[in-house]
Amino acid sequence: MVITQHKSRVSTVFERRKDDSKIMSLFITAGYPDLDATVDLILGFEKNGADIIELGMPFSDPLADGPTIQYASNVAISNGITMKKIFDMVREVRKSSEIPIILMGYINPVMRYGIDAFCKDAAESGADGLILPDLPPEESSYIAEAAKSNNLDLIYLVAPNSTDARMIKVDELSSGFVYCVSVTGVTGARKGEEVAKSVEKFIGRVNQHVIKNPRLVGFGIKSHEDATIIAKDVDGFIVGSALIDNISKNYPNNDWKENVLSFVNELKYGSKKN
Amino acid sequence: MSREKRISRLRTQDLRLTMKYTAPTKEGYFGKFGGKFVPEILIPALEGLEEAYEESLNNPVFLKEYHDLLKEYVGRPTKLTFANRLTDHYGRGKIYLKREDLCHTGAHKINNAIGQLLLARNMGKTRIIAETGAGQHGVATATACAKFGFECVIYMGAEDMERQKLNVDRMRLLGAEVRSVTSGSQTLKDATNEAIRDWVTNVENTFYIIGSVVGPHPYPVMTRNFHRVIGEETKEQLKQTEGRLPDYLIACVGGGSNAIGFFYPFIEDEDVKMIGIEAAGLGADTDQTAATLTIGTPGVLHGSLSYLLHDSEGQVQLAHSISAGLDYPGIGPEHSHLFDTKRVHYFGVTDQQAMDAVQRVSATEGIIPAIETAHAFAYLEKLMPLTQRDEIVVVNCSGRGDKDMKTISEWFG
Repeated sequence: MVITQHKSRVSTVFERRKDDSKIMSLFITAGYPDLDATVDLILGFEKNGADIIELGMPFSDPLADGPTIQYASNVAISNGITMKKIFDMVREVRKSSEIPIILMGYINPVMRYGIDAFCKDAAESGADGLILPDLPPEESSYIAEAAKSNNLDLIYLVAPNSTDARMIKVDELSSGFVYCVSVTGVTGARKGEEVAKSVEKFIGRVNQHVIKNPRLVGFGIKSHEDATIIAKDVDGFIVGSALIDNISKNYPNNDWKENVLSFVNELKYGSKKN
Repeated sequence: MSREKRISRLRTQDLRLTMKYTAPTKEGYFGKFGGKFVPEILIPALEGLEEAYEESLNNPVFLKEYHDLLKEYVGRPTKLTFANRLTDHYGRGKIYLKREDLCHTGAHKINNAIGQLLLARNMGKTRIIAETGAGQHGVATATACAKFGFECVIYMGAEDMERQKLNVDRMRLLGAEVRSVTSGSQTLKDATNEAIRDWVTNVENTFYIIGSVVGPHPYPVMTRNFHRVIGEETKEQLKQTEGRLPDYLIACVGGGSNAIGFFYPFIEDEDVKMIGIEAAGLGADTDQTAATLTIGTPGVLHGSLSYLLHDSEGQVQLAHSISAGLDYPGIGPEHSHLFDTKRVHYFGVTDQQAMDAVQRVSATEGIIPAIETAHAFAYLEKLMPLTQRDEIVVVNCSGRGDKDMKTISEWFG
């Protein structure tokens, strides 16, 4: 069956966003905490408010990540995760869901798979885009063409120390959205309150210079309250390390999945008790 | 013109202006290797570094300060020693040793640590971080930081801290904080990951002094140029004693800094054959090896594209070598380029062969080489029987072996 997509799943999500709500993108490491959990978690995240999934492709040397994602990556590698299995997971999700899936990981496993083959197989499995944190615009020529010809969005990052000119360049090169790294540091390193204080000036510059693409802010968001403050002036927010931490805390108790999904629900909608 | 003046004139020129070999490109590529594979946060830092480095190359004040420190503090030029008993042992050729083991702190690493520290100071950075494997780069960095009064944090794998305890104690005495890295292989690869994470987090005030010709551009070219004094001196010294160029140069290669510094000034002297020696560990045909060029394939680790030991999924494999300084699954991008273009030939030497060489060189020359350096000496067993009587072989004696006494004593029981 061939489905002709006139509009990408990612852009559809942003077009449908209502002014009073934020897009929530959730990062999960493929194959963590076990190989069977990933598809169920993604579908459960969607039911509980996730708008986009960033599916982490584990790498042995994740140098932009803090201890949480390093740990999850190592567990997934020990569980026997492979690129083929990641594509199978995406395929499985696609049987029942149209949630955008962005593959996120480091360039080495992608190069090892073969860049053209990777883009082709990723697109065929139903993935929508790529985030490769160690492939800055300087090195984008390795993959830009292959991604484009397979209709994969290529999402670049901006950071608080990016110059204005750099933000404009990243906006030009990106499609789907631009990933705004709220603080200098590795993933999961800072607390929400700490981020909120420093992020305002940065987001002001982002809004001035990133105008073609929607903007999602990530790094350091651990709760609905953090998200409300930090993502106030952008299209939405990304949660990764805090979600993995929540999984680590609950797994493998009998009700681990329920607890994780209720955490996700609270991230999006806030605590219902209040 | 006096000899010293000639050397200093040679050093202050940007050699790229007079050489046909112009690598790297301004994007940092040596052939198809190199580049800048780093998170966005580090891009401004690398751009600032590139600018400061380019400026320093043409800045006589910077160059004078650097070369004065090499002379008065490091003890350069290091000697070129004729190894008469080692030569007699093989009964052929003529073996010379470039004595980087005589540098202050006991290895070549200080040439680069001093150079990068001066850059850090000029850029207004106040905090220095570094990774270390054998501890020689850590000691060199801690030494430079002590001399200039900088805060210094060294990342070192927990396993390496055990193997190189003496160097850990030295770094601490020099005032550095040594942070034990317990992730992954607990060796150089993971120490480098942690140093990069620190840099990403503290990029505003922190300068990362990378210890080898690895990492994102401009580190490989910058580190090479801070070490090329090794080859320049060798060339000049041989001209004085023998009146000609060498026939062979041999150096050990982990990341490859001593080898590049030694080879680079000879790169266009086509008759000089250059040999890089990798650590084969238990053997390049086993999974306990660090012979990156012998069995690796191109991949990206620590910010550059180069040969790499990794599995079919692109997961980086743990290297093995008895030598902490060579126990690394990657290699500098320029070595990958010189390997592909066959300008330098690379071979592996096992733990056993290296340890035999430690014993042989100690007993015949009265020089206890570092285990890293001993890998280069071990290759003489293969090379010397093939040399002509008057052929000149220079081994880069990159470091001394005091730091390895624990490993050496355990090995020979």
